[in-house]
Amino acid sequence: MDKATCYHCGDDCGRTPINHNDKTFCCVGCKTVYEIFANNDLSYYYDLQSAAGASPKEIEGKYDFLESKNIIEKLIEFNDNGTQIINLYIPHIHCSSCIWILENLNKLNTGINSSQVDFPKKTVRVTYNSDKITLKDLVLLMSRIGYEPYISLDDYDKKKKGIDRSLSYKLGIAGFAFGNVMFLSFPEYFEVGEYWLEQFKGVFRWLMFAFSLPVVFYAAQDYFISAYKGIRSKFLNIDIPIALGILVLFLRSTVEIIFDWGSGFFDSLTGLVFFLLLGKFFQQKTYSYLSFERDYKSYFPIAVTRITSKNTEENTQVYDIKAGDRLLIRNGELIPVDAILINGNAKIDYSFVTGESEPVDKKSGDKVYAGGRQLSSAIEIETLKSVSQSYLTQLWSNAVFQQDKSGSFQTLTDSIGKRFTIAVLTIAFVSAFIWLIIDPGKTVNVFTAVLIIACPCAIALAAPFTLGNMLRIFGRNRFYLRDTQTIEQLAQIDTAIFDKTGTITTAEKGHVYYEGLELTSEEESLLKNTLRSSNHPLSRKLYDMLAEQNIVPLEEYEEYLGQGIKGSTITDSVKVGSAAFVGNTQTDNTENTSVHFSSNDQYKGCFIFQNQYRDGASETFQRMSQDLELAILSGDNAGEKSNLTKLLPEGTPLYFNQKPDSKLQFIKSLQDQNKKVMMVGDGLNDAGALAQSNVGIAISENVNVFSPACDGILDAKNFKFLYQYILASRKAIKIIKLSFVLSLLYNVVGLYFAVTGQLEPVIAAILMPLSSISIVLFTTIATNRLGSKLGRE
Amino acid sequence: MSVIYLLLSLSIVIAVIFFAAFIIATKNGQYDDSYTPSVRMLFEDELVKSTTAHTEKISNQKSESQKL
Repeated sequence: MDKATCYHCGDDCGRTPINHNDKTFCCVGCKTVYEIFANNDLSYYYDLQSAAGASPKEIEGKYDFLESKNIIEKLIEFNDNGTQIINLYIPHIHCSSCIWILENLNKLNTGINSSQVDFPKKTVRVTYNSDKITLKDLVLLMSRIGYEPYISLDDYDKKKKGIDRSLSYKLGIAGFAFGNVMFLSFPEYFEVGEYWLEQFKGVFRWLMFAFSLPVVFYAAQDYFISAYKGIRSKFLNIDIPIALGILVLFLRSTVEIIFDWGSGFFDSLTGLVFFLLLGKFFQQKTYSYLSFERDYKSYFPIAVTRITSKNTEENTQVYDIKAGDRLLIRNGELIPVDAILINGNAKIDYSFVTGESEPVDKKSGDKVYAGGRQLSSAIEIETLKSVSQSYLTQLWSNAVFQQDKSGSFQTLTDSIGKRFTIAVLTIAFVSAFIWLIIDPGKTVNVFTAVLIIACPCAIALAAPFTLGNMLRIFGRNRFYLRDTQTIEQLAQIDTAIFDKTGTITTAEKGHVYYEGLELTSEEESLLKNTLRSSNHPLSRKLYDMLAEQNIVPLEEYEEYLGQGIKGSTITDSVKVGSAAFVGNTQTDNTENTSVHFSSNDQYKGCFIFQNQYRDGASETFQRMSQDLELAILSGDNAGEKSNLTKLLPEGTPLYFNQKPDSKLQFIKSLQDQNKKVMMVGDGLNDAGALAQSNVGIAISENVNVFSPACDGILDAKNFKFLYQYILASRKAIKIIKLSFVLSLLYNVVGLYFAVTGQLEPVIAAILMPLSSISIVLFTTIATNRLGSKLGRE
Repeated sequence: MSVIYLLLSLSIVIAVIFFAAFIIATKNGQYDDSYTPSVRMLFEDELVKSTTAHTEKISNQKSESQKL
C-alpha cells in the first residue's frame, strides 16, 4: 500500500489510516480536529496550507490547576468585569494557517471575543468573557484543536515587563532632526550670497540649533553615559571619542552661530548620531521566539496534584509544596521535587537532568529526584524537600547564573577604542600647540576640528553591521546566537567541550546487533509476530529491523508494563524484555540498551542497541581537532567508550558519569588555565557548564522546544557545520579589522583638513556620511559573500 | 519675502505631525510585530459554508482564467 499521509498533520498514517470524508487521518485526534473545523465553517484552514495541524495529545487532568483563582490571577494580563486577557505561548505556531485559525477562535466559542497572533513570538493574545468560558476551558479548547499552549512555572513568576522601545524613539528623533537639518543647511552649502538668504540666515541657523537639542540631550545620551562610566572605571572605550566628538560639535556650532562666524556643524552632528543609532538598531536581538535565558522554571509545571490527608486530590502550586506532602505524578508528568516513592511502578526518565539515556526503574521506598519524568502509570510520592532546595534546582544557586557574562568581555571595538582615543587627543593637542606658535587665533578652531573629524563614527559602525549581518546569516543557517558579542567570543575559542547524549548522538537508537544463541526460523517468526503487537519504541525499532515474516496469529499475547512482552502460539512461547523478565540471571551487559529474548523459557540472547551518532560527527571532530582542543563530558555511563574512541580523533579525553556540578567545575578549571572554552550541550544537566563557558551552545532537534540557558542554539541537523561556523566568525572579525583600516584612511583625509585649519562644515558633512556608508556597504557585501559559502560540505 | 516664514513654519509643522504620528504608533506597539500583519491582511471572508461550494468557486475561477 502506498504511504498515506494525514490530511490534518501530514504525518505518515502508518498501517491503519482512518478514512473520513475521502480523507485519511493518522489518528482519531486528527480526525476530531478536522471535524471541529469542518463543522464550524473553518475548513479554509486546510486550503491555506495543507497538513498544517498537529494531532492533539492526551490532556486528561493536566490543566485542572487552571481552576485555581490564584493561579489564574498570576497568568492573565487583564481582568475586569468578566473580561480577561491572556497571552499564551503556543510552540506549534508555524504557518499562515495557524494565524488564521487562532484569530478565528471566536467562531468556535462565543465566549471568546477576539484573539491576535504575534507570529515572531509565537504567542496569541486572547480576550474572552470569563462568565462564558473559563481559562481552563479555553486552554482545553486550544489543546483539542492541536494548539496546546505551553504553560510553565516561568509564566507564573514572570513580572509583567514592558517592551523597551527607547531605541526606536531615539532613532526616530535622530532621523527626523537629521533630515530637517540637512534641508535647512542646503542654502549654506551653495553659499549663494543672495540678499534674502543673507536675511534669513539667522532663522535657519537657530532652527537647526533647536532640532539638534533633542538629538544631543536625548538620542545621544547613551554615549555620554557610557563614556562617563568608562572614564570612571579608568577604561578608555570607543564611546569616549564619540561623546567628545558630539559634545565638541554641539558647542562649537553653538558658539559659531552665536557670534555669527559660520553655520556650524549641526548637519554632521545629527547625521552622526543617526548613523550610530542605526548601527545599534541593526545589531539588536532578532529572534524573539527563542529564549536564551531559560532555567528550570521553563520546564517545571505550575501546579501538581497533592493528595490530602483525607485522601482527596487537590491541585497545589509548586512553590506551596512542603516537605512531607504526598503528590500524585501521572504518566508523562515531571517530578518537581526530591521525594520518596510510596506507591506504584516508577520508570523515570532522567535524561533531562543527568544525560543518562535510559529510564530508571524504581521501587517503592526508593528516592526519586526532581526533574525526572514519569514514563509509566501514575505514582505516589512523598516529598523530602521544597522545590528550591531540590538537588536539581540547587544548581541554579551557583554564582555563575547571577553573573552577567557580557560585562567582562572586551569587544574588538573597545580594545581599539583605547589606542584611538589616545591618538586623537595627542594629534589634537600637538596641532593646537603648533598653531599656537604659527597663528594663535586659529588654535581653538584646529583643536575642535580635529576632535570633530576624528569622531570614530565609521569604526563604531563596523562591528554592529558586520556582526549584525553575521547574526542573520547564521540564523538562516539554523544557528541562532544570543547577541553579536557571541560571534566575537566564538572567534576566540581554543577548546571545545561536548556533551554526549543528545548532543553528538541522536535521540533514536541506531544500530542493533544480536548476541547469543542462533535463532531458528520458527523462533524468529514468532518473535516478529509478538513484536508486531507492541507499541514500545524499542519493539518498533526491533520489528523494523528483523526480516519480513509471515503473519501468524498469536494464541496469546500479554504486555507487562515496564518489563516486557510475552507471545505464544499453541506449541511455542517467547518472552522479550528486560533481563530479569526473560529469566537471565547473569546480566553481563548492563551499560548498553539491550532487549533480551527467551524461547520456551530458555534464554537465547539479547539485542543490543547502540547510540546513533549525528550525521558527519566524525569528520567534524577530525577537522576541529586541528586547531581546537576537544573533550567529551558525559553524564552517561562508559558503555559507549569503545565506539566513541573510534569516532573521535586519537587522544581525545573522555569523561563519563559527570554530574551537572562537576561539568561546571571542569569548564572552570579549563578557564583558570586561560583557555577560551566552548561548551556544546543539550539538557538541563549541561546548564551549569553552558553558563560557565565562554560560549555555551545548545543543540536542539527542534528549536521551538526548549533548550537550557545558553549563548546560542544550533539546529541538530546542522551539527556537522559547527566548525564552519566557528571559522566564519573568525573571518567576520577579519572583516571588522579591515573596515577599521578603511575608516582610519578616511580619518587621515579628514585630519589633513582639520590640522591645516581648513575644515569647512561642508567637508565634514560630506566626509562623515561617506565614510559611514562605505563601511556599511563594505561590511554587508563582505559578510554576505562569507554567508553564501556557509552550509555546504 | 516674509512668505518664507510661513513656508518654513508650515514645513516644520507638517514634519512634526508625521514625527508625532511615528512616536504614537511606536508607543502603541505597531512596530513590535512586523510580520503577522503582512499575513493577516491577505485573509478574506473565508468562512466556508460547505466545502463543495468553495471548490466550485475555485474551479470557476480556474476555468475563467483559462478562457482569458
